[in-house]
Amino acid sequence: MWQRIFLWLLGVAIVVLPTAARWSWAQGAGPVHSQVSAAVRQAERERVAVMARAAEATVAVFHADGSGGGSGVILSPDGFALTNFHVTSGSGPALKCGLPDGVLYDAVLVGLDPVGDVALIQLLGRDDFPTAVRGDSDAVRVGDWVFVAGNPFLLADDFTPSISYGMISGVQRYQYPAGTLLEYTDCLQTDASINPGNSGGPLFDSQGRLIGINGRASFEKRGRVNVGVGYAISSKQIQRFWSHLHSGRIVDHAALGATVATTAAGQVVVDDILESSDAYRRGLRYGDEILQFAGRNITHANRLQNALGVFPPGWTVPLVYRRDGEIRKKQVRLQPLHDTAQLAAMLQHQHAPLKPAEGDRPGPPDGGPDDEKRAPELPLGVQLAPEKTKLPAAVAARYQPRSGYANYWYNLQRQQQLGRAHLKSAAVMKSSRWTFQATTETGAWDFVVSPQTASLRTPQGRFAADFSADLTTQLSPPGSGGLLLTLHLWQRMLTTDLRAFGEVYYLGQLPSGPAGKLAEHLVGIYGGVEIHFIFSPEESHLLGLEMFADEQSDPCRVWFLDGETLAEHEFPRHWRLDHGDRPPVKLRIESWEFSDAQ
Amino acid sequence: MLNNFLRGWRACAPADLGGRPTHQIFHISHLTSDKVGLRPSLRWLLWRIKKYAGLLVLFVALWGIHGSCVSVAADWQHVLRTAQSKVVKIYGAGGLRQLEAYQTGLLISPSGHVLTAWSYVLDTDDLVALLDDGSKWQATLQAYDPVLELAVLKLPVGDTVFPYFDLGEAAARQAREGQRVLVLSNLFGIATGDEAVSVLQGTITAVAPLDARRGAYRSPFRGDVYILDASANNPGAAGGGLVDWDGQLLGVLGKELRSRVTGTWLNYALPAASIHDSVQHLLRGQAPRAEVVAEVPQQPATAPRLGFVLIPPVLARTPPYVDSVFRNSAAEEAGLRPDDLVVFVGDTPIPSVPALEEALARHELRQPLMLSVLRDGDLLELELKTRAEAFVP
Repeated sequence: MWQRIFLWLLGVAIVVLPTAARWSWAQGAGPVHSQVSAAVRQAERERVAVMARAAEATVAVFHADGSGGGSGVILSPDGFALTNFHVTSGSGPALKCGLPDGVLYDAVLVGLDPVGDVALIQLLGRDDFPTAVRGDSDAVRVGDWVFVAGNPFLLADDFTPSISYGMISGVQRYQYPAGTLLEYTDCLQTDASINPGNSGGPLFDSQGRLIGINGRASFEKRGRVNVGVGYAISSKQIQRFWSHLHSGRIVDHAALGATVATTAAGQVVVDDILESSDAYRRGLRYGDEILQFAGRNITHANRLQNALGVFPPGWTVPLVYRRDGEIRKKQVRLQPLHDTAQLAAMLQHQHAPLKPAEGDRPGPPDGGPDDEKRAPELPLGVQLAPEKTKLPAAVAARYQPRSGYANYWYNLQRQQQLGRAHLKSAAVMKSSRWTFQATTETGAWDFVVSPQTASLRTPQGRFAADFSADLTTQLSPPGSGGLLLTLHLWQRMLTTDLRAFGEVYYLGQLPSGPAGKLAEHLVGIYGGVEIHFIFSPEESHLLGLEMFADEQSDPCRVWFLDGETLAEHEFPRHWRLDHGDRPPVKLRIESWEFSDAQ
Repeated sequence: MLNNFLRGWRACAPADLGGRPTHQIFHISHLTSDKVGLRPSLRWLLWRIKKYAGLLVLFVALWGIHGSCVSVAADWQHVLRTAQSKVVKIYGAGGLRQLEAYQTGLLISPSGHVLTAWSYVLDTDDLVALLDDGSKWQATLQAYDPVLELAVLKLPVGDTVFPYFDLGEAAARQAREGQRVLVLSNLFGIATGDEAVSVLQGTITAVAPLDARRGAYRSPFRGDVYILDASANNPGAAGGGLVDWDGQLLGVLGKELRSRVTGTWLNYALPAASIHDSVQHLLRGQAPRAEVVAEVPQQPATAPRLGFVLIPPVLARTPPYVDSVFRNSAAEEAGLRPDDLVVFVGDTPIPSVPALEEALARHELRQPLMLSVLRDGDLLELELKTRAEAFVP
């Protein structure tokens, strides 16, 4: 009974009190303190709590020699943290990171994204680091309250982050390249203060969820302090690059292989296209009107540039375009924006601080992607003369230099995890002669795969490949993109040690297979061809193979359709073969034999 | 105020339930009445419902909070988008270092009148206004007020009905210190194409007379302005809008100015009430405070007849600086000095030497002439009275 009355009263109170509180507010009754409604005070308390929680995962990042620094944010209990590329640049592989607990931790550089201005580092010495909650930057709207945590002006001696508070001023902003490569696409604009030293630090939504990494600000003529305009790299972009950064590589961004312009009629049309691009192979041509890219409406040339810049190369995105009134929808695989030499050259200059563009070059009104414009400055912390320092032992144990990598050690770990998992589960296939029969819609297919040759007998004829010749010429059967070569490389991967295969590296996760789900890509390069071994992210099961005989043509794709495997090992039963726009062929393995006989 | 606070920070706060409580109470009364003649099982059910009615109230209340939370977020987006749709990006002359070729404007009539800052950006025949929907319009300078440093542009007449801020309504709104405001502008030219202009938030920290300078020159407007704590007046922001949290116009952002006292950059907006009358003139295509054009004078005034010489008009837009002043002339008696910049003849703004010569030619020499001049940043009003004996044929 009393409980009932209590609940009744509580319910009524919830409904009535706020109204009453507002009424008394409006009447201006009572002393000043009681004029502040309970709801406001509650909201204040919650805000303070949210900020305190978010501050725990915020890092003060310093160069190992104390020559500069910025901010960062931890995302995993084992210490993986994000910061800006331009914060780590010039420090070498070792960094020092201060947490609000007052402890200074060693950290090691893991991966770099110089175009997107992101660096992944790992704090060392704990397996229970406080972590930030991830938010969805795509859900952020203009007018949302946000707050920034970080170490502006490298102010905090005890590494307690400073908090600044503001509003989202713009979303899907594009900021033109500063220096040579770096550009901010699809970024968030806020009036929360971002100052030198805030670089690399987190931008949180009002619930304390990470929605961006602060990196740039428009300063102009008022000195290097905030004037109400800061930019953050979207968490959505970083989420896509996350596994790529874990690969220890210096990662690139994607290009479509085509450029567009906005016509006077307001249409976005292709004004140039590379014939070697996947977009071209999928049918995109000069003069086609782009309607949608990656699910986003393209109403202006800038929007395409903006939507494109947040993807790693190799990502497959839906593209909708119109030709002669007919709307076409294609899945297009994006290509790298730079070649390796360009990225390497960029990194060579990393010791020189990135300078803001001189002067002010405003763009014309409709601002196409080629228009030049003033680039905002990088709010990097104080740069002093760097000194040579020896790597701390914890860092040295996790650092391996290699050209094209920020830290090869991390790549090696992922290669070995994926490679070993597969070798272990597919031990029976570790043999030099594979013989198997499959049924297809058109009849039975008989395969023989060996280190020197491979053959396929189908009702349509017999096909063979000779692997002592130039591999790029052995692409039979015709129209498959090199099915026999793909199987040969798979066999080679299982029968040789990973290191003896050729060049092998872990790429990261890409949308893969017919469903376009994210899967791990382990890349092998041998004899001028590139093969991707595609694994499920959790169990490291082999999901498929993707072989690129050259950069100009469609890959041969072998996708294993379900988890059914044969003979207690990882020889999948149901295959789907794809090449370009040809209709896929489905195989069902009926019998098999793995032996070492020649 | 309270509502605004909650709307921004935490739209789910219970205070936002204000509009809806009767709705939830209705639910409960509906459930507990009308129980006569019910079968036992149903009665039992009702008893259960009654037993948990408190919980039900809570549930319904929470549901209501959730609902109002969603709708408040949607309203807020609507307020911002509506306000943004009335702000245009303007592109014109400039492009040199620290002379941005862009600024902001506000649509103030359904037929395409755009209020913006009067600046060098407008100094071109190729003036473009980009609307919120990305549509591109050729704009023409219709009229300007050199004291307020505001101008009205006109977009071509067509079928389009533009979204606009009602300046008349805005002039009736008096914003106060402590009021939370939003600033809409294309500062730094960040938004291009159909991208929406930037939104900054802040508070009116003071309503105070403008005492500012641009370079060494004192800004001509001295009336009250809204001083803001948001970084409102950045490059490209001039002509942007100051709105309240309902998206209603309060004022227009002025050009970048520094405080004459401290030298710091000012963040301010001209109150709608202060600019309303002038803008009405501009909307009619008239210079503000314009005189009715007099008949052709019997003996028109000229600079030499009044006793001064202007600098040579090397360009069409040569500013009307005084080069020298004759001894014992009307000009000298009135206190005119070399290097004074003439900005007004009477109430007519004077942008150039030819414009001054034209204005003088319309003036009867015998009549006293009011000249407004800028000297060391100060606006001085001089009255030139011509004596009969000073006539020079």
